[in-house]
Amino acid sequence: MTGSPMALLEITRLTKHFYRATALLDVSFSVRQGEILGLIGPNGSGKTTAFNCVSGLLTPDGGSIRFRGEQIAGLRPDAIFRRGMGRTFQLLQVFPGMTALENMLVAAQERAGGTLTRILQRDPAAMRRRAEELLRFLGIEAQAGQPAGNLSYGQQKLLDFGMALMGEPSLVLLDEPMAAINPVMIETLADRIRQLNGAGVSFAIIEHNVGVVLDFCHRVVVLDHGEVIAEGQPSAIREDPQVIAAYFGG
Amino acid sequence: MLAASRAGRASLWIALALLAGLPLVVPDYPLYLASLTLIYALAALGLNLTLGYAGQVSLAQGAFMGIGAYGLALFTAQGVPFLLALAGGAALAFACGLLLGYPALKVKHHSLAMVTMGFNIIAFLLMRNEEWLTGGSYGLSGIPRPRLGPVSFADDRAYYLLVLAVTASVAALAARMIHSPWGRGLRAIRENEVRAEVVGVNLRNYKLAAFAVGALLGGIAGGLFAPLLRYIDPHAFSLERSIQLLLMVVVGGLGRFSGPLIGAVVVTILPEILRMTQGLYLILFSGLIMLLVLFRPQGLIALGDLFRPASAEGRR
Amino acid sequence: MFLQDFLQLTIAGLAAGAIYALAAIGFVLLWQTSATINFAQGEFVTLPAFAVVFFSAVLGLPFPLAVLAALVVSAGLLGLAVKRLLIDRLLDRGVLAIVIATLALGLFIRYSLQQLWTPLALPFPDLFSRAPVRILGVAISTEDLGNLGAATLAILGLHLFLRRTRTGAAMQAVAQNRTLAATLGIDVSRMIAATFVLNAVLTGIAAVLIAPVYLVKYDIGIGLGIKAFYAAIIGGFNRTFGALAGGLVVGLAESYAGAYVSTQYRDAFSLGLLIAVLLWKPEGLLGLREDG
Repeated sequence: MTGSPMALLEITRLTKHFYRATALLDVSFSVRQGEILGLIGPNGSGKTTAFNCVSGLLTPDGGSIRFRGEQIAGLRPDAIFRRGMGRTFQLLQVFPGMTALENMLVAAQERAGGTLTRILQRDPAAMRRRAEELLRFLGIEAQAGQPAGNLSYGQQKLLDFGMALMGEPSLVLLDEPMAAINPVMIETLADRIRQLNGAGVSFAIIEHNVGVVLDFCHRVVVLDHGEVIAEGQPSAIREDPQVIAAYFGG
Repeated sequence: MLAASRAGRASLWIALALLAGLPLVVPDYPLYLASLTLIYALAALGLNLTLGYAGQVSLAQGAFMGIGAYGLALFTAQGVPFLLALAGGAALAFACGLLLGYPALKVKHHSLAMVTMGFNIIAFLLMRNEEWLTGGSYGLSGIPRPRLGPVSFADDRAYYLLVLAVTASVAALAARMIHSPWGRGLRAIRENEVRAEVVGVNLRNYKLAAFAVGALLGGIAGGLFAPLLRYIDPHAFSLERSIQLLLMVVVGGLGRFSGPLIGAVVVTILPEILRMTQGLYLILFSGLIMLLVLFRPQGLIALGDLFRPASAEGRR
Repeated sequence: MFLQDFLQLTIAGLAAGAIYALAAIGFVLLWQTSATINFAQGEFVTLPAFAVVFFSAVLGLPFPLAVLAALVVSAGLLGLAVKRLLIDRLLDRGVLAIVIATLALGLFIRYSLQQLWTPLALPFPDLFSRAPVRILGVAISTEDLGNLGAATLAILGLHLFLRRTRTGAAMQAVAQNRTLAATLGIDVSRMIAATFVLNAVLTGIAAVLIAPVYLVKYDIGIGLGIKAFYAAIIGGFNRTFGALAGGLVVGLAESYAGAYVSTQYRDAFSLGLLIAVLLWKPEGLLGLREDG
């Protein structure tokens, strides 16, 4: 196994084409144990595509993705979730007709035992408790019995986050978590992320709000047109001429 | 969902009691219709699992009924007691559901409709052509009414009660399944497939299970169907039947638990009421379906929603 | 002797296949432009057939005029009316809604014809002479040749329309990518309507060619619809050329299987092929992979 010994997620020469367009070309970066990695870049630079490859929604055309030392490229999303990686979505992905609590419980399926147990028994009490705990942690416990579709945008975002956490992940991929929510929510979310990070959970965050990202990410990777153009400390990235050109240039 | 509340549960028991009392007040032919309706409701219930909950468009439910029916008839002819024969036919249907589901679920939605349609037609052709096994176009006759120990169900009223008992028990089990964690996973798939997958739901396993269990229920329904008229022929399980069951599920209310029953009642009883119009009822019926799809897509069950406040539990 | 039979079977198969292809191509066009699975496609053939009988036998119009009138009626009812009244409302509701709606529509047409006109089979005039033609010493049915020729002309016409006219190009754009086409200024709704009209014309032509053989009966749509589906799926749901190939394959398979395999399982042959294709290459023999 090459690379940093503390690499939780190791992406090497990741490549993905769509018909005639190349979304990702030889992209390599890693997420180290315990860090918050920021993934930034102008629109269409391939950030979400990278996340989709890592979380199993897309099969890469080349390169490798190692999570905790294991090759996961091409695995189905549910297998990857079970291995301890959660993710949220840019466009909200909740189950609108089910209550917030039920949304959380779906994510806990795997903990409930084999197929037969799941069919014939009720939820283990521990599972329910954990779901309720997480809802409290995120501040949306009052909405537990409401259909998820009725929640406000910000609340749904928190629910989305909660679902990703139900699988007790060691790595969470957040796709634009701060987008389109009010500053108070942003602070709440950022605070929760820091808390979880303190408890050992690693994060990779795509965020357009570059200021926010530069504020609390340990490291930053910059993509442009499907390639990595810069990587390093936030302060260095802020001054990198290539990055500035990518955002403001052609 | 009805059974959740105490009032709901009480009304279920009342409904059951009323249904059980039916043979006392209702003459032969309507009783036969009632038995038939219950059997179709069971098959539609299975299809609702596959279609309404797991979202798989299946046009093979008629074939699964047929497998259950022919299975029961052939086992019975070999001297196998009724309950075992019923289980045997249903198991065959389940196995076929697995066999069909496994490769079929790899294809996209629209293609699934075609594959299941193709399966139904092949099954029909086999039933019609393999005379040595199935009696061909002439079908199988002389299927006896069951005997459970000293009790004979040869009497139409007794058989109706047996059908009611089996249907109600299976429906109760199905309800249990839908409210289990597994059932919730299924509903999650229906609501948002991509999200479900990303939070750990193995789509393949769930869809396959729903498909196979749907087939199983269809097989049980078929096994009850065979002794009803003591005769079966391939035409009872053709593509027409599958389409009819599909319409029942849709008309009643997709993905709602009591939808199939409502649909079965409408589709089976309505023609009888409209009997005076002869073939006109099909024109009216298909016209009704089109109107329903256009203006009340949630099915007839949605009309009930107009009178009940929206529950916090959401759709069940 | 074998070669003679084979040649006859091949021509017959191609002729039938070309007619199935007409229905299949229309089917595929509808799917591509508006995600419509038209379960009433078979009835879209039955109705024009009845219409021709109506205009010629009942109203007494000369045959070619009756055919024209039937095509116009077909385009209006099965094209525009169905699109405006039924499909428009259901376009955003997903595949199942349209499946149910077209299923019901098919039933509606079928039983309306049966009840309101006649459950019996009506005769249809032969388009071509019954006397066989001799080619290379083999007697070939004139009807088969005529059907093959007419269907080929229709398909060529369609091809030219799609490739050489602006409407055709716009239709193709919508079929490839609806949202992109909209941003390019194409009136998507009108293009979908045009596709429906086109489909109605294709099935109308198929009706005129096939009615002398099948006769005009309320239930001929059942088998025909299924064959159109097979053809579309086998050949490729997302390429019109595929539907053509699929139609020919189905026609040929039927023809050969009918002679060389038990007649009872003739349909099963196309079916087995269908299932094999679906499981092994679900996008069809010539289709493009629908992947992300």
